[in-house]
Amino acid sequence: MKYSKYLLIFFTASSFLVACGNDSTKAKSGPLPAGDDPRLVLPDGFSALRIIKDLGRARHIAVSANGDVFVKLDKLYNGKGIYRLHDSDGDGIADDITGFGDYKGTGIAIKNGYLYASSNSEVFRYTIDESSGRVDEGSKKRIITGLVDQGQHNSKSIALDNSGNIYVNVGAPSNMCQEQDRVKGSPGKDPCPLLETAGGIWQFRADGQDQSYKESVHYATGLRNVVGLDWNTSSNDLYVMQHGRDMLFQFYPELFDQQSGANNPAEEMFRIKKGDDCGWPYCYFDNEKKQKLLNPEYGGDRNKVGRCEDKNHSILQFPGHLAPNALLFYTGNQFPEKYQNGAFIAFHGSWNRSPEPQAGYFVVFVPFKDGMPSGDWEVFADGFAGPNINKAEYRPCGLAQGPDGSLYVSDDRNGSVWKITYKK
Amino acid sequence: MRILSVSAVLFLMILLSSFHFMRQGGLKETLERGQKVYAATCIACHQADGNGSPPMNPPLVKTQWVLGDKKALIKIVLKGLKGGEIEIDGDSFYNPMPPLESILNDQQIADALTYVRKSFGNNASIVSPAEVKAVRATIK
Ligand code: HEC
Repeated sequence: MKYSKYLLIFFTASSFLVACGNDSTKAKSGPLPAGDDPRLVLPDGFSALRIIKDLGRARHIAVSANGDVFVKLDKLYNGKGIYRLHDSDGDGIADDITGFGDYKGTGIAIKNGYLYASSNSEVFRYTIDESSGRVDEGSKKRIITGLVDQGQHNSKSIALDNSGNIYVNVGAPSNMCQEQDRVKGSPGKDPCPLLETAGGIWQFRADGQDQSYKESVHYATGLRNVVGLDWNTSSNDLYVMQHGRDMLFQFYPELFDQQSGANNPAEEMFRIKKGDDCGWPYCYFDNEKKQKLLNPEYGGDRNKVGRCEDKNHSILQFPGHLAPNALLFYTGNQFPEKYQNGAFIAFHGSWNRSPEPQAGYFVVFVPFKDGMPSGDWEVFADGFAGPNINKAEYRPCGLAQGPDGSLYVSDDRNGSVWKITYKK
Repeated sequence: MRILSVSAVLFLMILLSSFHFMRQGGLKETLERGQKVYAATCIACHQADGNGSPPMNPPLVKTQWVLGDKKALIKIVLKGLKGGEIEIDGDSFYNPMPPLESILNDQQIADALTYVRKSFGNNASIVSPAEVKAVRATIK
């Protein structure tokens, strides 16, 4: 029974290969069965189906109106960096997989008939027929170019508003803007010159061509590295998740013991207004003092507030190093009322908590009202890490909402995508 | 009385020199010291089991750098790497490796590297402080 299904899938895949134009690449391994789907732990009434696996570094995802899922890869798979996952037989599992785009990267979004995708220094736009999921590769247009990419924190995540603007994160290629990055005792530069072209959010026109810093609005600064961001269409603001700094315990054992170093600083959610300064590298949020404080590289002692007083303050804080890689405001109506307009956050999981156990590797939900959190956060989807939290099998990285209100989660360890649905 | 004090001095000398020998030479002690340096300086990125935290930080398990040319290995620890400089099975790593020349002395680097070369399933020869000193002199 199982084999006949594989055969069918294989047959569909290979016949498509023959029919396909030569610009697209078929995933060699073909579609993959969801039979060995590791059980995600979900609230009552929710279930998950793994629609694809083994794609590799599957970063952000987007879903078109016909239900096709588009995955941005940060490592090329058979030479391609974007994959379109289509389910042709209606069993929910992707069985028709095509690749295009020869660049790696993280960001992807679909809006008003266009598909946007980023490399680690540029953003491209394609026309897409959302009713069929067909992308016109020939329409590829480079709308943004020349953004800082020095390896560290180089993901270019994107979000679009309803006024024709696109927001791009440029992470700081640094932990703390020290003279020598990540060297104990090396002083923090003041002012931090990296902030001129990185460590913030830049706003561009979504229909522009080859825009760079000159043609942009420097929308927000003082953000070390943002991977998850979303435009909230009900409050009409941009919300971003910052990855907090590393190495507090290793650099300042007299201020932070091993456990405090693992729990600090907070991973923070900011609500952004144009021109905001969120404080990095000068400030951090201390999870134990429950306050925005001066970083020790800039004279902080876990008590001094100093110049952090006037910075934009976060609206939500999480334990240290969990690495929030995606943010999505839920606008569907499949899920129960409590989820509507609330935020889902995919946490990639930590590395800088060692030698304490690592943490994260889950999707969190936060209820929202009037553009602000209206309750405590809770773990929504768990079980990605598997039996050993220090050797996570799957790492949540991207989130997208389907046309029917389902929630999709991607993982960039194995390259799996799950579809989460609700049934009363 | 005199014989007693001479033998006491002799005994003390033997005791001291054997301590000295143990501190410098015993592999077990070297590994213990190396583990301490590793825990204080390397563990954050390369993790307790040496598996690293891809794609930020690489593993130290049977890599060509860990098992290969000691001079190149010592230089990595002294001078660091920018990030994206090395590749393991087609994957590169995003973090930089910090230069540790001003943080660790020759003995500490030798101990840490000996520990790494004899742990996590690795089994390669020890690194001596003299070897670290020699590399340090050439890259000053
Ligand atoms: C801040 C994180 C960090 C710390 C601390 C750190 N490393 Fe690294 N290390 C890295 C990264 C990242 C690379 C790869 C850099 C690149 O590709 O340019 C690396 C590369 C290496 C390599 C070569 C590649 C390999 O995996 O075999 C060795 C050996 C190594 N580190 C050993 C050490 C030792 C020993 C220590 C402690 C004395 C240490 N590192 C401390 C991050 C770190």
